[in-house]
Amino acid sequence: MEHASYIISQVINGLQLGAVYALIALGYTMVYGILRLINFAHGDIFMLGAFFAYFLISRFGMPIYLVFFATMAMCALAGYLMEKLAYKPLRNAPKISLLITAVGVSLFLEYFCSLKAVFTPDYIGFPRPFEVKTYDLSLGGIDFSFTNVQILIFAVTSFTLALLYLIIYRTKQGTAMRAVSHDQETAALMGINIDHTVSLTFMVGAALAGVGGILYGIAYPQINVFMGIMPGIKSFIAAVLGGIGIIHGAVVGGLIVGVSEVIVSAFLSSTYRDGVIFVILLIVLLVKPSGLFGKRIDKV
Amino acid sequence: MRFLLESRKLILLAAGIYVVLKLLFNLGIVSEYIQQITIYVFIVVLAATGLNVIYGYTGQFSLGHAAFYGIGAYTSAYLVKTLGLDSVFALPATLLAGGIMAGLVACVIGIPILRLRDDFLGIATLGFGILVRVFFDNSDRISETLGGSRGFTGIAKLTSLETTFVVTVFLLIVTRNIISSRYGLFWRCIKDDETASASIGIDTTRMKLMAFSYGCFLAGVAGALYAHLYTFLHPSNFDFLKSIDFLIIVILGGMGNIAGTIWAGLIWVGFIEGLRIVLPSNILDLRWVFIPLLLIGLMMWRPYGLMSRKKGHG
Repeated sequence: MEHASYIISQVINGLQLGAVYALIALGYTMVYGILRLINFAHGDIFMLGAFFAYFLISRFGMPIYLVFFATMAMCALAGYLMEKLAYKPLRNAPKISLLITAVGVSLFLEYFCSLKAVFTPDYIGFPRPFEVKTYDLSLGGIDFSFTNVQILIFAVTSFTLALLYLIIYRTKQGTAMRAVSHDQETAALMGINIDHTVSLTFMVGAALAGVGGILYGIAYPQINVFMGIMPGIKSFIAAVLGGIGIIHGAVVGGLIVGVSEVIVSAFLSSTYRDGVIFVILLIVLLVKPSGLFGKRIDKV
Repeated sequence: MRFLLESRKLILLAAGIYVVLKLLFNLGIVSEYIQQITIYVFIVVLAATGLNVIYGYTGQFSLGHAAFYGIGAYTSAYLVKTLGLDSVFALPATLLAGGIMAGLVACVIGIPILRLRDDFLGIATLGFGILVRVFFDNSDRISETLGGSRGFTGIAKLTSLETTFVVTVFLLIVTRNIISSRYGLFWRCIKDDETASASIGIDTTRMKLMAFSYGCFLAGVAGALYAHLYTFLHPSNFDFLKSIDFLIIVILGGMGNIAGTIWAGLIWVGFIEGLRIVLPSNILDLRWVFIPLLLIGLMMWRPYGLMSRKKGHG
């Protein structure tokens, strides 16, 4: 029984991390769906989100619920500028130039933010807006515990996901996004403004990554300008796992990646945790290259 | 060895370059540091040529090239250290061992992952790159010599201008000949249209695997040279950014263009290291703010590569 409760606690910890990955993976999957671009700079938007929230909380003492909205707006602006300045001029260039540009944007954001005049190259502590409380619960004889941080993360993630679903499936703009990712040329012929839709996709994705950044800061209160690299890559893998371009695929993929990472750290060694995800990725790509929820296609 | 005779113009050119470099080095015009960078340029060009074979000529996207570079480096360094082969005469054997190890690993993982295409292949190779990085980080559990995350120290310094120069020029000429051979033709066919290539009877699976293994072999040899130049290896030398470095050189040089790769390697390494010398130390931090901006600018100005005159397709 003790073993079972340990596993359950670890799974909850994994879901907490996985929720953050899911939020980042959504941006990847949406941008990839629309532009076929692995936006390597997306992980850095996540970093920006954490830093914006840090400044809003520690310098301006903003209440936490306002921090969420302000950070989302600022990240959306960053995503908008990134797309307009770096990616739009290359819309018709070879895909590989776009990818290299994405890496360039990523490096620029990291090193620009690491300047002393901008943020800082050092690790800084993220101010927790509230004290961490642990709740113990017993279900069917199995004891397990969770924290109020985890409740916050699950609540915010669920709320954001619900909002995203409303935007994508219930608004005209959302329909436009789905249409463009389905077939860009036909969508343009139907009178959809491609530029506008692409910008909007970047903004929504960046806002989600910003939320992920705040939640990450609250859960693991150490932030750094390079914090976005690994979560970024892992989230992209989560998006591929779930089937790239598929919204719920990204969420499930994110949760799988988060849980397996925490389980491996708990039962094997934390140095292997980056390795296991890629093993899972390789297996999924080989068995079902279009991802867990992807349509069956013969060749990718 | 007939091909060496056929490439005599190139060899003469290379010999000329060698004499100039040797004079510069021996007359004490350039510092030790610049000498090291010059040798490093050759190593980078060799590894980037490997990626050029894989991506530029055969069209197989790889974001994990640095992993094979690292495998070559660790293999050669380990052999030299454990077997005590620290003489220049054993170097060709250990370089070859590094290259073959990288090529073998590429062959083994290539069989499953080369079924994937484009971005998916990129992600799979990126994943493999990180897996290798995790392996290097934990390598001290296998053998203390490998050093794990503390880094592999105390490697014999065997790489000199001569060894690097001879190995690089030789392998570049070999590569050029393979590219214009029957196999190279198949590779270029696969890049243009895989389905059509298969339909005219090219064994695409085998050819892709061959190109991938050969490209990784070159990376492995380059990595081995690197290990014996800097005498210290750290897992972070072989991470994702290193793979991107090679990719940038291939793109800047123009895909499927060996001469372009040489120029781009020289310019890219020269620029990054040059800034370190030119810039005063108080704004050295700004280096990595300007380099990405320059890279983005280059991509907008010349999306098909610096050296490419015609508009290829990427």
